[in-house]
Amino acid sequence: MTPVEPGRSAPGLRRAMRRPGIELVPPVPASDDALSRPPSPLEIWIDRAFRHGSRMVAWATVALVFYIVWDIAVVAAPSVREHGLALVTHSTWDANRGEFGILPAIVGTLYTSVLGLTIGTLFGVSVAIFLSEGFLAGGVDTVLKALRLAEHPLWMRLPTGIENLLRMTVELLAAVPSVVYGLWGIFVVIPMVRPVADWLHGHLGWIALFGTTLSGPGILPASLVLAIMVLPTISAISRDALSDVPPKLREASFGLGATRWETILGVIVPTASTGIFGAVILGFGRALGETMALAMLAGNANLISWSMFSPANTLAALLANHFPEAGKLEVGALMYAALVLLGITLLVNVIGTAIVQRADASLKGLR
Amino acid sequence: MTDPESVDLRDLERSLRQPRSLFSYAMSVLTGVMTVAALLPLFSVLYLLIVRGGRQLSLGVLTALPPAALMPGGGFGNAIVGTAVMIAIATALSVPIGITAAVFVAEFGVDTTTASVVRFSAKILTGLPSILAGVFAYAAVVLTTGGFSAPAGGVALAVLMLPIVLLTAEEAIKRVPARMREAAIGMGATPTQVVVGVVLPTALPGILTGVLLAISRAAGETAPLLFTALFSDYWISRSAPVFLPKGPGDLMRPTASLAVLIYNFSSSPFDNQIELAWAAALVLVLVVLMIKIAGQFLGRRSAQR
Repeated sequence: MTPVEPGRSAPGLRRAMRRPGIELVPPVPASDDALSRPPSPLEIWIDRAFRHGSRMVAWATVALVFYIVWDIAVVAAPSVREHGLALVTHSTWDANRGEFGILPAIVGTLYTSVLGLTIGTLFGVSVAIFLSEGFLAGGVDTVLKALRLAEHPLWMRLPTGIENLLRMTVELLAAVPSVVYGLWGIFVVIPMVRPVADWLHGHLGWIALFGTTLSGPGILPASLVLAIMVLPTISAISRDALSDVPPKLREASFGLGATRWETILGVIVPTASTGIFGAVILGFGRALGETMALAMLAGNANLISWSMFSPANTLAALLANHFPEAGKLEVGALMYAALVLLGITLLVNVIGTAIVQRADASLKGLR
Repeated sequence: MTDPESVDLRDLERSLRQPRSLFSYAMSVLTGVMTVAALLPLFSVLYLLIVRGGRQLSLGVLTALPPAALMPGGGFGNAIVGTAVMIAIATALSVPIGITAAVFVAEFGVDTTTASVVRFSAKILTGLPSILAGVFAYAAVVLTTGGFSAPAGGVALAVLMLPIVLLTAEEAIKRVPARMREAAIGMGATPTQVVVGVVLPTALPGILTGVLLAISRAAGETAPLLFTALFSDYWISRSAPVFLPKGPGDLMRPTASLAVLIYNFSSSPFDNQIELAWAAALVLVLVVLMIKIAGQFLGRRSAQR
């Protein structure tokens, strides 16, 4: 009688098998109509094949990341060899004369991302605090108590219900496709921002940030829409970090007489700060790679300017605007730009993911 | 540190006359206002879509071909079909791979280096800018097959869907109670039989949530399609009925999609095309939101069990 092939997903069983003297043997001779029976050789063979197959598929996912980098690098290689670093430092893009420079796009990518990220972080972390600290549920509860409905079986579930609804609504913000945000930006954000921009330029035009007028598309409307798009990423990850803070810290702070916001700003946010920082970095990664909203709102102009109202370009928008109609030389230069974008976003994402994982691990130690 | 007598009881009073309490109250109000402000864009978008897009919506718009410049009428029927075809290709590519890899990460290879490397790669892939998925598909598919096509668009979308499917499926598989596995092992099932017969059926609602999430993300993506599927003013196969392309050969042409149509028409100088962009945006957002909400309800129900 052969011992039963033990399942790998049962570590206890496997450990038991290693101990001498213990051997898993079916108590009754197996028959085909028995409810439980040892696996047949064919089943064992299928099992091995499937497990090895799944391991290979899992590695294929890892390989895909490398294949993407390799594939883009190979197509970009001739252009990299031809232009060298000149492409990164040059600032005109003229396909007809074969002049390619992506410096304005790199500067524009960083400018819009940092501006959008600043606004997005401000609102995103507020939303995260609002959601994780139970302000809404608490408020609704107070109202219900005032109305003497808090114990009513029907109304009792309202506070958590409303909070879930709010959380889902914030998530829906991320569900709207970026091209729709772009369309909305053209017809709503730009007309709305223009009077503000004109006023700022008229009165504070001597500040470099307000140095030009807003003639339509520009950095500010693009960054505003970008802020909306990174907000759900930042608020979701920050909310996880904030609600992972052990309750005992909060209770200790209240016990020492701190007010709600002294607790939040002095204890909870600092404890969750690594996670929130990781959220901001991941939001930065999203902002750097966001394409459609910027292609539609940034103005597609190869300019370097301090002004928030000047049109600009970003790496992703450059690709979106020029790729569909590009000739062979231009495709090479665009591939170079794609490689630069890939390098920047991979770096930012690896750092962000590592920080979020570290934050998880360090909070586990606190519990 | 201090004896109880010296504590100033007024310090512990909660009243808006106390600067500390006032600050706390003001901050609470401020956070609430900022949260509401953060949600305003969503409602503004939805309102405009319904008002501007809803006006246009009719059966004709959903079935007609895009109008040329200055032409009245028209619609985006081919874009709806094109989006559906490319999503189908992307789903067929990404879902089997994603679920199989998730089975390894969550079931066979728990706590192995492979599992953490795979998980880390998937997280990096989630952060891959969508336009780079397009650049990748351009280099890998368009350059090899020699033309813009629906499969090229499908590959680009699959790269974006894969990590979402993988990571959500992993979570769903991990939520399956250990006693169910142990019961199956006790009956003499091989690990594969446990996975196929017990774990996957139990985790199915959670896995479906992930698939729906991935589809809702892919449906709205524009950037990866711009230079993989390009755009087309015609049906996928001009002579065959809409839903029956003649053969794979017919798919190897530039293909229209809702998202690219919105992008192209949004910068159009012609009112009719701009209005169609709004109508297409309404259809796209409705579809995306419905798929996403369906996924969330499914997920909620499976988590409650």
